[in-house]
Amino acid sequence: MSGPERLLNAENNWISNVGACFPGEDRVVFRDHDLFRDLKDLPWMALLLYGITGRLPSPKQVRLFEGIWTLCASYPDPRLWNNRVAALAGTARSTAALGLSAANAVSEASIYGGRPEVRAIDFLYRIRQQLALGAELLDLLKNELKKFRTIAGYGRPITHKDERIEPLMALAETLGLSGGPYVKLAFQVEELLISNRFRLQMNIAALTAALAADQGMSRREFYHYLILSFSAGITACYIDASKKHVGTLFPLRCTRINYTGNPLRRWQK
Amino acid sequence: MSDKAEVIHTRIWKETPEPDNPFATAVCYCAGYDVYGDLLGKASWIEYLFLLFKLERPTRDQASLLEGLAVALANAGPRDLAVHAAMSAGVGGSTHASCLMAALAVGAGQLGGAREVALAMDYWQACGTDLEAWRARLKNPPREERADVWLPIEHPPGFDPHGASCPTPVRQTLGFLSDCSPGKSLIFLRDFRPELESVASYPLAMTGVAAAALTDLSFTPSQGEMLFLFLRLPGAAVHALEQEIYGWRRFPFFANGIKLKNHPQS
Repeated sequence: MSGPERLLNAENNWISNVGACFPGEDRVVFRDHDLFRDLKDLPWMALLLYGITGRLPSPKQVRLFEGIWTLCASYPDPRLWNNRVAALAGTARSTAALGLSAANAVSEASIYGGRPEVRAIDFLYRIRQQLALGAELLDLLKNELKKFRTIAGYGRPITHKDERIEPLMALAETLGLSGGPYVKLAFQVEELLISNRFRLQMNIAALTAALAADQGMSRREFYHYLILSFSAGITACYIDASKKHVGTLFPLRCTRINYTGNPLRRWQK
Repeated sequence: MSDKAEVIHTRIWKETPEPDNPFATAVCYCAGYDVYGDLLGKASWIEYLFLLFKLERPTRDQASLLEGLAVALANAGPRDLAVHAAMSAGVGGSTHASCLMAALAVGAGQLGGAREVALAMDYWQACGTDLEAWRARLKNPPREERADVWLPIEHPPGFDPHGASCPTPVRQTLGFLSDCSPGKSLIFLRDFRPELESVASYPLAMTGVAAAALTDLSFTPSQGEMLFLFLRLPGAAVHALEQEIYGWRRFPFFANGIKLKNHPQS
């Protein structure tokens, strides 16, 4: 099909793979199941994962993926940039939904959140594929650093050690989900980077990506799963700011602007 | 680092405080111009917009081109995906900010949206007015080696994968803007449109014209992406407000427009 033909075929004709509601029949189809009949007892995380992947997760998987959210993504600190957006919305008395939506969108960042997470799982998948073809891990790491100057999932600004790795590994071990090939690979990469003095310790993106890959999540599934992961901290930051006096979140006096631009001049007509 | 040392570094904006309140501004300067004491009443909105982005006043040609582009982009009409999103917010009585956020989210995309414009501007930066370079890049588009939050674009940026021929408003906009452009991109696009469409296998889209215009105005792809995002918001705003008044009963619900691929087993 070419040109407008696809649009002509799609006109008033959407084939849904994920479901629909049938108001007159009191029925909602969620992927392959009747929501009220088949999925009514699912935890919300299980429903989210089912919507994303089309696979019903096991109780252990639900616990793992919920644990990742609990431990790794929602620090209620309004200094963090995504949280700050929600807190600013609170101090400006905007609505919570607007603040939360904007902050979640902001979480799709380059130096934290969305992009490093996607790159981390992509890195692990690419590296393991190349190892299977006989490549040497150290060569692959050197090549990655040469090409992209960073290795997604390794290195962290401000502090070297990521405090989330230990509690998340403890959870994964409790669930018996810590011994998969991607988790092993993630730690191998860290060992090799440190022993070769690259000074890049594993950060939480590599471990969450490895745990997700070991559960069969694709790159896109992992990306979709993480989008709302910051919401608990974001919402708390909004509420805290909305309950304090208006406009008092980190107010900036005029002299906190350091102007380095053109000298003062007149607009000539 | 102490809190006092933490400042906002900017080449755009300077403020001096009122004597009785360090948080109230007495004078605001934009790129060196006193905004409320000098610029207001002298500069047009388009001139001020250009100044904000480029930190210099536009020439007469640049101001004409940006103004023409702003008019061309202001409203894509209610069938446009971003405007449809804004109306979908408006018709349910959602907050007005959410109407614009909906328009931004959809209008940010790679089909008719700001990301497509930025990618098309990358093409302009790489190929300029070299027809052979355009042919080579359109035949072998660059591909990201790593996965990203953005999916790979599925068509040549700036061209319409659903088009049969270049629509009249696109040709009219290209004609008008190329006549007032101080740059070479729009003129090249006007002169070589059939060749480029032939290589791309699709007709030129409004995003392609916008990308050429923004290139002729010397905006970076990031600046072009931002400008394209908000220059299209007026249409989204007014259509959302209109549907808010008309209400959901008069807005398409596509009641019979959805079919399930899979039905639950009974």
